[in-house]
Amino acid sequence: MEPILRVEKLVKRYVRKNSLGSNEELLALDGVSFAVTQGTTFALVGESGSGKSSLGFCISCLESPTTGSIWFEGRDITVLTENERRHIRPQLQLIFQDPSNSLNPRWRVEEILLEPLILQGKLPREEMKRRTAALLAPVGLSSDILQRSPAQLSGGQRQRLAIARALALEPKLLILDEALSALDCSIQAQIANLLMELQRSLDMTYLFITHDLAMAAHLADEIAVMHRGRIMEQGPTQKVLRSPAQEVTKNLLAAMPSLDRAPRLPLDS
Amino acid sequence: MASCRNYLWCARGDVCLVALSILPQHDSQGVVPKRPRMVPILEVQDLHVSYNSSGAPSFSALAGVSFQLMPKEILGVLGESGSGKSTLATSLLRLLPSNGNISSGTAFFEGKDLLRASSGELEQIRGKRISLVYQEPSVALHPTIRAGRQVLHVLAAHESERKSTLLRKERQVLSSLFPEDVDRISNSYPHQLSGGQRQRVLIAQAIACGPSLLIADEPTASLDSTTQKEMLRVFRTLRDELGLAMIFITHNPALLAGFADRVMVLYGGRIAELGPAGVVLSSPRHPYARALFESMPAIFEDKANNRKKLPVIAGDSSSALPRQGCVFEPRCPERMEDCRKREPAVVNLSEFHTVSCFKYGG
Repeated sequence: MEPILRVEKLVKRYVRKNSLGSNEELLALDGVSFAVTQGTTFALVGESGSGKSSLGFCISCLESPTTGSIWFEGRDITVLTENERRHIRPQLQLIFQDPSNSLNPRWRVEEILLEPLILQGKLPREEMKRRTAALLAPVGLSSDILQRSPAQLSGGQRQRLAIARALALEPKLLILDEALSALDCSIQAQIANLLMELQRSLDMTYLFITHDLAMAAHLADEIAVMHRGRIMEQGPTQKVLRSPAQEVTKNLLAAMPSLDRAPRLPLDS
Repeated sequence: MASCRNYLWCARGDVCLVALSILPQHDSQGVVPKRPRMVPILEVQDLHVSYNSSGAPSFSALAGVSFQLMPKEILGVLGESGSGKSTLATSLLRLLPSNGNISSGTAFFEGKDLLRASSGELEQIRGKRISLVYQEPSVALHPTIRAGRQVLHVLAAHESERKSTLLRKERQVLSSLFPEDVDRISNSYPHQLSGGQRQRVLIAQAIACGPSLLIADEPTASLDSTTQKEMLRVFRTLRDELGLAMIFITHNPALLAGFADRVMVLYGGRIAELGPAGVVLSSPRHPYARALFESMPAIFEDKANNRKKLPVIAGDSSSALPRQGCVFEPRCPERMEDCRKREPAVVNLSEFHTVSCFKYGG
């Protein structure tokens, strides 16, 4: 089966001026290739600065890669014009770490959910309103929050709202950039369950970007370990984590905080 | 004395030295020779804090929190958002926002009640005897002042010494946290430093004046797990070398494993469970703590278990509204008839392990 997303030799170079005025290059992605099958979850793990978020930005068309190609449903989205991309964007939705920063604090929940539909501008107003109300049930929110502002919601409710908004345009691929990291453990479990349910019912594909190996192990079918802009190791999640071949993966596993290690474990390595 | 490996204090009420990495010297009868009784560095009794909001009834953030902190002890405070864990940190230093008010309780630190100290006395305590390390190092540091200077400001605020002495001290503090490149760090602006380095600068500020208690509110939440582990190691070294006692606030139970000496589980402003870290984290007694730990995914899952639903706690913490009975009752999987009628009392499971739940008497 043709993978829904295929990334080939992706390179992203950021150029910035340093304090002396000369150009400084930062190689965020250094020849990254992988493929994701429809209806599965692909996890990207790595330390901060390893390039996982840059990769997410490139795939969601928020940044354009320096070289390389991104094939989404058989089309290379890096060579599309802005007009053509507008048709692709609804199918690729991004969910960020902190829901309180990605929701407009001055808008009511209803306006937040309406925005993507209005921007697409294909539906009559009444139909849009009906749809937004229908978005809440699958993420476990009740419709009486429609008139509230984000500040009146709890952290878990806000992240559910962010997911509902991402689902408004019926995307095929959801990019979750540390979408669970800022939440409490009990809420993380609820959202993780919700994501798995949605995947089953809507045949969703997830790109799960995180540094939480345990959650990646729980959700992902395949995992790729990134380090300094490169994929160091990739394969079926349990296989990679049970028998890591690379030093980077071993270090990530060793650094992972885990309850299983109670009682006391000396912290020195 | 076999139990002294499990409990922070031994039966005599002395601090068990195993927890402090020094083996107690037992004599032939297995009796620990008499040592002076350890005095807690901080003793909080029945702390009540509430927030007023216009139009709505006041929200009770902490309701009857009591605990003791021993010198050199790391107390992990575990709770989800809304549990009152940050309120605990800010109320002890009297840094509550203007709508927060401490309605009752005492908090004795070095013989002084923090909750009744004058503003002059508080100035002598904050940053000097008790320091606070915040969650977000990028926000807590001034963006246009070099790191070294920001540490110097803390010293200058508390010590009236010559500038050369202060500069020497600033170097000393920074070099204890950055043994390799003190000069570069000291001359850097916060944006030129990594997340872990910024957090170290904040810690340098916190320990500059030699406090005896450090309160850290989610100090590692914004860092990745490799840096997190490195920061935990820094905190441990501070405890071992400077003898700091610590209140370490977090929402991630896994961070406390192997790090804290004791763990306090907060729920809805009340202490659900308090006991030695090894016992609480591996076999929690309170239904909330148990449900919380079960909701965390394990990294190595059996084929059958993989991709299964995680057990969740029904409802969310907003159901911990003021009402009769136990605060966790609406979400509790093991609720009983009594739970609705009144709040459970604190039950001593063993000398140093307490839980507030009717299952154990209450």
